[in-house]
Amino acid sequence: MDGSFGIRDAALYADHQKVYPRSVRGPIRRIKWAVLGLCLAVYYLLPWLRWDRGAGAPNQAVLLDIQNARLFFFWIELWPQEVYYLTGLLVLGAVGLFAVSSLYGRLWCGFACPQTVWTDLFMQVERWIQGDRTQRMRLDAAPWTARKFGQKAATHAAWITIALLTGGAWIFYFGDAPRTLVDIVTGQASLTIYGFIALFAGTTYLLAGFAREQVCTYMCPWPRFQAAMLDEHSMIVAYRGWRGEPRGKARIEGTGDCVDCRACVHVCPTGIDIREGTQLQCIGCGLCIDACDDIMQRLGRPTKLIAFDSSDNLDASGAAVCAMPAGAVRHAPGMAARAPRRLLRPRTMVYASVFSAVALVMVVAFALRHDVTLTALRDRAPLYVRLADGGIRNTYTLRIGEKGRAPVSYALALDAPANLRLSVAGQPAVDAAGHPLLAARADGIAEWRVFVVAPPGVSLGASTPVSFRLLDASGRQVAREGSIFVAPGG
Amino acid sequence: MEKDAVTGTATTGHEWDGLKELNTPLPRWWLYTFYVTIVFAVVWVALYPALPIWGATGITGWTARGALPAEMERARAANAPIMARINAATLPEIMADPAMRAHAMAGGRAAFAANCTGCHGAGGQGAPGGFPNLADDDWIWGGSLAAIHETIAAGIRNDENPDARNSLMPRFVADGLLTPAEAGDVTEFVLSLTRRATNTAAAERGATLFETNCASCHGDRGEGNRDVGAPRLNDAIWLYGGDRAAIMRSVALGRGGVMPPWSGRLDPAVIKMLAVYIHALGGGEAE
Repeated sequence: MDGSFGIRDAALYADHQKVYPRSVRGPIRRIKWAVLGLCLAVYYLLPWLRWDRGAGAPNQAVLLDIQNARLFFFWIELWPQEVYYLTGLLVLGAVGLFAVSSLYGRLWCGFACPQTVWTDLFMQVERWIQGDRTQRMRLDAAPWTARKFGQKAATHAAWITIALLTGGAWIFYFGDAPRTLVDIVTGQASLTIYGFIALFAGTTYLLAGFAREQVCTYMCPWPRFQAAMLDEHSMIVAYRGWRGEPRGKARIEGTGDCVDCRACVHVCPTGIDIREGTQLQCIGCGLCIDACDDIMQRLGRPTKLIAFDSSDNLDASGAAVCAMPAGAVRHAPGMAARAPRRLLRPRTMVYASVFSAVALVMVVAFALRHDVTLTALRDRAPLYVRLADGGIRNTYTLRIGEKGRAPVSYALALDAPANLRLSVAGQPAVDAAGHPLLAARADGIAEWRVFVVAPPGVSLGASTPVSFRLLDASGRQVAREGSIFVAPGG
Repeated sequence: MEKDAVTGTATTGHEWDGLKELNTPLPRWWLYTFYVTIVFAVVWVALYPALPIWGATGITGWTARGALPAEMERARAANAPIMARINAATLPEIMADPAMRAHAMAGGRAAFAANCTGCHGAGGQGAPGGFPNLADDDWIWGGSLAAIHETIAAGIRNDENPDARNSLMPRFVADGLLTPAEAGDVTEFVLSLTRRATNTAAAERGATLFETNCASCHGDRGEGNRDVGAPRLNDAIWLYGGDRAAIMRSVALGRGGVMPPWSGRLDPAVIKMLAVYIHALGGGEAE
């Protein structure tokens, strides 16, 4: 420390310093292992989950069938026209991330982000093969020997294996997983599949093996603007300077609780010193908390010298310390909780209400979603056709989207004024009420040419609203689509 | 070489107002990528058409134009089975088979856009001056699939095809068959067929003239005759315009629209697909 309260002269350029994080034990590390295990398990196993959808439909629970333009997610089947559900999901994800960040800081970055999860995994592999921080630093500095070469080769071989598995697992989401696996292993898969596996394996190897914290610091846009989501009440990983400073050896009289052991620096995956205050590079993983708690326990001092804390509370504790007489015990109980936690703040309420509104819209839209869709395209060339008897005819192309997989027909009814007559090209059969029966295409879109005729003598304006309705066998309306009837002037 | 004290980077030796320009080299990965792109470009220029000299082809001889025939051939080969079926099938068979019918609709639409829209319009709506609307329910030579097919194949009033549909509307006034006054009476009668006559006496005179001169082709009440391509005169659709002047001109100078035969120009299968498509535009009639 140069005594400038953490503000240092930042050089405009800095060579990349390789980070050698030390292993650490503690509750936060255990949570991180659990989250890592959960995320990887979901990622690798989800495509193998089966879901019975009946004959003729894929039985993979989560399947993005790009070739046939169908998205399957458990009991939900989406068509490309319904991509707005995906948009809604992305909006929910973004607003949810904002809300969590404003309440608890960078939980996503530190625990669940794929970059963090895979980097953690790669670091653990590195640790198993090459040893912990000191051994790795010594190994890198040492001249090339057979042993060093063997360790490095084993590390990279393990990384590439994980990377290939990662890239391979991604492919399974886009095709039937068991069949795709057989195809890949037997060399029967398409060049596209091998290309994508290579692409994802390559990026995984590069980003988790080499780029690591540089992705978070330089490549990812999220840390750049996430500061806008945080305020003085948000939880951040914070060093309690009011308790730790002045740092110094434990046996020296008058020093704070920080013994300047640099354990927090050595375990940091981004290689920063949290004692310099919150900073861009900090991904909020909290491993420094585990490291510091370990030291504090050994020294018999209270833990949480580094803790998840709000800067508001940090300031309040600092002010309280300043007001105390010299010599008072700084880590007296209650010192670390001077400002009440404020969860309900304008920004959290805004995020929560936007989140709820979008979620509500999505749930309602999904509940009202139909398995049958109808679109009506009116012929524009010609706008209308004059018939021999002086009547006017408009022609429409109706498209019936049928999500069901059973053959089915729907009765077509026309809602229109002034005795407009409906007929359908190909003269399909009619039901008891005289409505033409249009056959739908199971799991597809059927197209029908439909004619509407205004008999001679019927006077209509230039544009008259009409609508087509599809009725099921019980007469219930399953879809409705509006259009217009065009006549030569009113 | 002089080194900058603060950054440790070499300087270029250029100095302005005491400021020295640093010579910061490009990152190596960047530089090597740049070199790779240069090599790639040289190889590309050698292999593919890039320079507008020597026939603008590279060593491989590949051109986009040269690749087109192969692509067309691939598309033709992919369509060959269904086209062979359509070629061998009769029109009712095509209509009865969903796969053939769907292909005929799509192929007919494409063939119509390429060959027919010039006169008949993009949606078959026709054009004033003798280009009939193919989407309405008024047909001069018949609106059944077979009749439409024959009209497309043989054409109308052309010298190319001996089977072309042929008939002649006389030039009644120009050839001295009627006086202009008589032609006016006939016009008045024709207008009366759609209740638009204004001069009852002239229309009555015209009725007699119509019966002797026109009824043999157009029918006693102007109902037309598809065998000779004589249009209906008692409906709302007029090929050359239905006002008094247009009808008078038709009577006085005759009419005779032509259409080229398409057999010989298009494959038999394509003509069948066109018939299916036009039949489905809205006016198609049963056989």
